[in-house]
Amino acid sequence: MEINSILIQLLNGIQYGLLLFLVAAGLTLVFGIMGVINLAHGSFYMIGAYLAWSLAELAGSFWVGIAIGIVLTIILGMVLEVVFFKHLYRRDHLYQVLMTYGLILIFEDLRSVLWGNDIHGVVIPELLNSSIQLTENLTYPMYRFFVSAVCIAIAIGLYLTIQRTRLGMIIRAGATNSEMTQVLGVNIKLIHAVVFSIGVSLAAIAGMVASPISSAYPNMGTQVLITCFVIVVIGGIGSVWGALAGALLIGLADTFGNVFAPEYSGLSVFILMSIILIWRPEGLFKRSYK
Amino acid sequence: MDYSNKRRQFIKGSALTIASGAFSGLLPRFGNAQSSKIKVGFMLPYSGTYANLGVGIENGFRLFVQEKGGKLAGREIEFIRVDDESDPSKATDNANKLILRDKVDLIVGTVHSGVAMGMVKLTREAGILHIIPNAGAAAATGALCSPNIFRTSFTNWQAIYPLGKHIYSKGQKTAVWVTWKYGAGDEAGEGFKEGYISVGGKVIKELAIPFPSMEFQSVLTEIAFLKPDAVACFFAGAAGAKFIKDYAAAGLKGKIPLYSSFLTDGVLDAVGTDAEGIESTAHYGDSLQIKKDKEFRIAYAKAFKMQPDAFGVQGYDSAQLFAIGLDAVKGDISNKAGMIVAMENAKIDSPRGVWTMSKAHNPVQDIYLRRVVGKENKVIGIAHKALADHARGCKMT
Repeated sequence: MEINSILIQLLNGIQYGLLLFLVAAGLTLVFGIMGVINLAHGSFYMIGAYLAWSLAELAGSFWVGIAIGIVLTIILGMVLEVVFFKHLYRRDHLYQVLMTYGLILIFEDLRSVLWGNDIHGVVIPELLNSSIQLTENLTYPMYRFFVSAVCIAIAIGLYLTIQRTRLGMIIRAGATNSEMTQVLGVNIKLIHAVVFSIGVSLAAIAGMVASPISSAYPNMGTQVLITCFVIVVIGGIGSVWGALAGALLIGLADTFGNVFAPEYSGLSVFILMSIILIWRPEGLFKRSYK
Repeated sequence: MDYSNKRRQFIKGSALTIASGAFSGLLPRFGNAQSSKIKVGFMLPYSGTYANLGVGIENGFRLFVQEKGGKLAGREIEFIRVDDESDPSKATDNANKLILRDKVDLIVGTVHSGVAMGMVKLTREAGILHIIPNAGAAAATGALCSPNIFRTSFTNWQAIYPLGKHIYSKGQKTAVWVTWKYGAGDEAGEGFKEGYISVGGKVIKELAIPFPSMEFQSVLTEIAFLKPDAVACFFAGAAGAKFIKDYAAAGLKGKIPLYSSFLTDGVLDAVGTDAEGIESTAHYGDSLQIKKDKEFRIAYAKAFKMQPDAFGVQGYDSAQLFAIGLDAVKGDISNKAGMIVAMENAKIDSPRGVWTMSKAHNPVQDIYLRRVVGKENKVIGIAHKALADHARGCKMT
């Protein structure tokens, strides 16, 4: 195999991994801080994609559509937290699984009622609708570089928020000991709502940003959800850095697995998971803020 | 709660996810059994990714019955629906609802191959009349063929087998095959390779994406480096749409021609111009110069306020086939042997063109060559006249 081909595959893997990170980060954040297993997380990815499609058409601009979409998903996150999720924090995981599974069904039906069962393509914004010539017959769409840049920017933003800001400090304190934090005068309920809403919007942003490449289609969240659970488990549950490392590893394993062993494609991801869990049963990273 | 404990619960929770799938079986049920009506049970997807396909099949079936004044062979028809959710793990339960609870005379289903195979195992034993209106799994009219089981659609092998000859005839002598790694994709792969290699073509590499992943970048890169004369693939639905778009975005469109069987069905609105010019083989398409098709399309659009597709045709033909059986025994549904003989010898005047039943109970039909022109899979010729599936392993042939 040519060296160029390997380098491009490396690029493919990292690019895929970064997108997965965006979804997995919200999942791991919500679990790490509130202890909730949110199976409906994939639905937010789907909602993001459908919002991008419908709002971009309504507003006439992809960017305006995304801006409105982000505001809507933050509100959606807050509402869901207050109405549904806050009742789950102290419950057994069985309740969490049952309720969030129910939410998947509800979101799918709502999607069907609101937007129908068709596949919808989202047009790539004019500004980024170009490509870079990599080899004589392979080009790389500019938009994919843009997606990667957004993912990297969000990863850095997330790190700075959690490690360097007062809000981040409170979030970390709340994750370690929520009662003590409350005693010190912090409104922990509000913090939970904020964190949950960040988690929801991360998944939705991933769905929106990815929509021009992925299209919007029914049940699109389910596949992403399964991959993201794998990422969260191998990265170390609750760790944002673990999610990043896990996502990149999965992206690379999937990419190279498809090329080197097409007969067993699909297995590569799970072989990687098994090896990592045998080596480090708690995942690659422990939660850094605990 | 300490860390490792939390983690264990998380994994336990994930396992429960899978288990909880079992709770979602709410099914619509229409009508009840008491009269001497003939009972037709639809076991089709009414929710999930394939919901539109299930509705198309049911519409097609109902349209034919409507055209006959709501009666077949003078007897009224009662429809009972079960949503199969395209979930193979629920196939047995759902089929038993129709067979044991509702005691239907005919079971029509389904779209998803895995679910259809689950149904076949039951209907073979029960001996109940079963028409498969879509799923292309080879075994249903191959190793597991049975006198009471008929298919009105195609096999995965059949739809793509003629493609290789067409590609080779254009002077494209090497090809890469790409598919989803699952049953239908593997069967289509066999069909393509058999057809292409038999005329002298060379498949230089077979690539596969795990089902249902849609991250194609790695295989597109590989294709660009392999530089084959042509690429043939098997993807459908949302994955088909995305593959077409990614193929164009990778700059391969226009350099290496892309071919398939069902890649471009139902996705042309979503992919826009990226699909323009893609050629494929299938048993149905747009702009067919067949009188029956024109009438069918007008009647369907009038009845359901939307345009029909291959699924509507398959549903319509399922009803035609059943009607032929019923007419032969003058509505006496208990004379199953008589019905089966008539259905085996049926000549179906379908919107896709006239077809007959093979000994293995799969259509012997023309496979069309189609090209994407605008928003149509325009039929540009016949890729293979009256093609029968090889029906490997079927003892009835």
